[in-house]
Amino acid sequence: MSDLESRDVDLVVIGAGPAGLAAAISAKKNGVNDLILLERNNWLGGILPQCIHDGFGLEVFQEPLTGPEYAQRYIDKLKDLKIPCFLNSMVLEVTSKKEVFVASPEGLFCFRAKAIILAMGCRERTRGQICIPGSRPAGVYTAGVVQNLINLKNVMVGRDVVILGSGDIGLIMARRLTLEGAKVHAVVEIMPHTNGLPRNVQQCLIDYDIPLLLSHTVTEINGLNRVESVTISPVDKNLKPIKGKEKRIPCDTLLLSIGLIPENDLSKACGVELSSVTAGAIVHENLETTVPGVFACGNVLHVHDVVDFVTLEAEKAGKSAAEYVLGKSRKVDRIRVEAGDGIRYVLPQSICTDADLELSSRVVCPGEGVSIGFFDGEKLVKTKKFVKVHPAQMIKVKLKKSEIIAVKTLKVEVLQK
Amino acid sequence: MKKEIICIGCPMGCYLTIDYYEKTMLSISGNRCKVGLEYAEKEISNPERTLTSTVRVKNGNLPLVSVRTNKPLPKGRIFDTMDFLAEVEVEAPVRIGDKIVRNLFGTGVNIVATKNVVKKE
Repeated sequence: MSDLESRDVDLVVIGAGPAGLAAAISAKKNGVNDLILLERNNWLGGILPQCIHDGFGLEVFQEPLTGPEYAQRYIDKLKDLKIPCFLNSMVLEVTSKKEVFVASPEGLFCFRAKAIILAMGCRERTRGQICIPGSRPAGVYTAGVVQNLINLKNVMVGRDVVILGSGDIGLIMARRLTLEGAKVHAVVEIMPHTNGLPRNVQQCLIDYDIPLLLSHTVTEINGLNRVESVTISPVDKNLKPIKGKEKRIPCDTLLLSIGLIPENDLSKACGVELSSVTAGAIVHENLETTVPGVFACGNVLHVHDVVDFVTLEAEKAGKSAAEYVLGKSRKVDRIRVEAGDGIRYVLPQSICTDADLELSSRVVCPGEGVSIGFFDGEKLVKTKKFVKVHPAQMIKVKLKKSEIIAVKTLKVEVLQK
Repeated sequence: MKKEIICIGCPMGCYLTIDYYEKTMLSISGNRCKVGLEYAEKEISNPERTLTSTVRVKNGNLPLVSVRTNKPLPKGRIFDTMDFLAEVEVEAPVRIGDKIVRNLFGTGVNIVATKNVVKKE
């Protein structure tokens, strides 16, 4: 690739969804003037333009906004700050030397960056990933694809719908399909609790009398050309279908809302170490990955439930990248942070203990009146009590410098009552 | 009478237990702020929801523009509003905040655009 057009640049931000937009804006405000934002689609804002429901922005703007409105606030800021953005530009490779290869309508480019912010977001899990048996008829969609078809393209997907998985997009689409005239016969969830926010259970299911079948799953998809029915079955406590209890629900459409996976193909190729739990990068408290000068934020780092938290995280990544580019990064010693009993993950996985910081975490099971403990070996350093915890809701805990300055290791776990 | 509902005021999603008589709330527990209190009072007197949907656009770079009610709508009018919006079509360009429908059914609620749609090139 010697005749490739190449250019030096201080910072490349990959992805112009909510994370990439906020990261680029923050980097510029913190002093990086030579930066570019790369986006493979022909629009800015990532998934937000199709998320037409409201409830975004309560944390950042203290008002409920719809997805497109939330996105537009950052698109306007990006334009005010004159941050160059390349649309229709697909990053093909990021190397460990921080070269970014991009295919764009203008040709193939290589940007040699001082720093990179990974903000590629996530993808939906599909039928193949959970191996639902049965035939392969038309009418099986992921929830986000249906959201795109209905809200952006004016295409209706079916009349009689079953939704597998109770993630937020599934709940939101149950309501949206109902409003557009479809009958949603059931939302089927294999776990004994929903995977979406409680408020979405109220305003998307209960409001419209849509049945939520917990501890149930789809065991077969039936139909030759088009979905004709799905077979559902209750599951035991090991999540295995209970034989003889199957039931058929006639329907023409099955929506899958069965989780999101951070899209880290580029990160892997440039040597960023990933967590097997979050499927995102392992990061320090400044959101720097294991490759110096490469930062990660938003859903490519770990899947968020609220876009406001994506924005706040991305602003931090932008600031850290700016410090790196401007040579202001401090040399620090760090300690590891581990997830203990009852905790699915804690982020960041490595921290310096001489400043205040905030940890993001998720619990394994829902619970009420739960205390979470922070241990240095056997010694309990801090406890924090929560009225209610839920795996679908990210927990954020602020740690003060005074609480962690003397700590040698940090383990977070749910305390037994 | 007792009723259990989930607050929709923020992602916290408090589980509220309310004791009420006809349309008056007698007591509430489970809320962590006044948003929950106001929501619960509304839920038993006159439940309301913000409605978001889309309307068709002529000559736009997109076939639809996303819209919302500028304030919550009585819950009982949601499906009427959907039927009404199915017949609405606007001409591009549309700007965020443009009023698409004024004073819907005399409720004082407006339908406003939540997205910019430019003219098709």
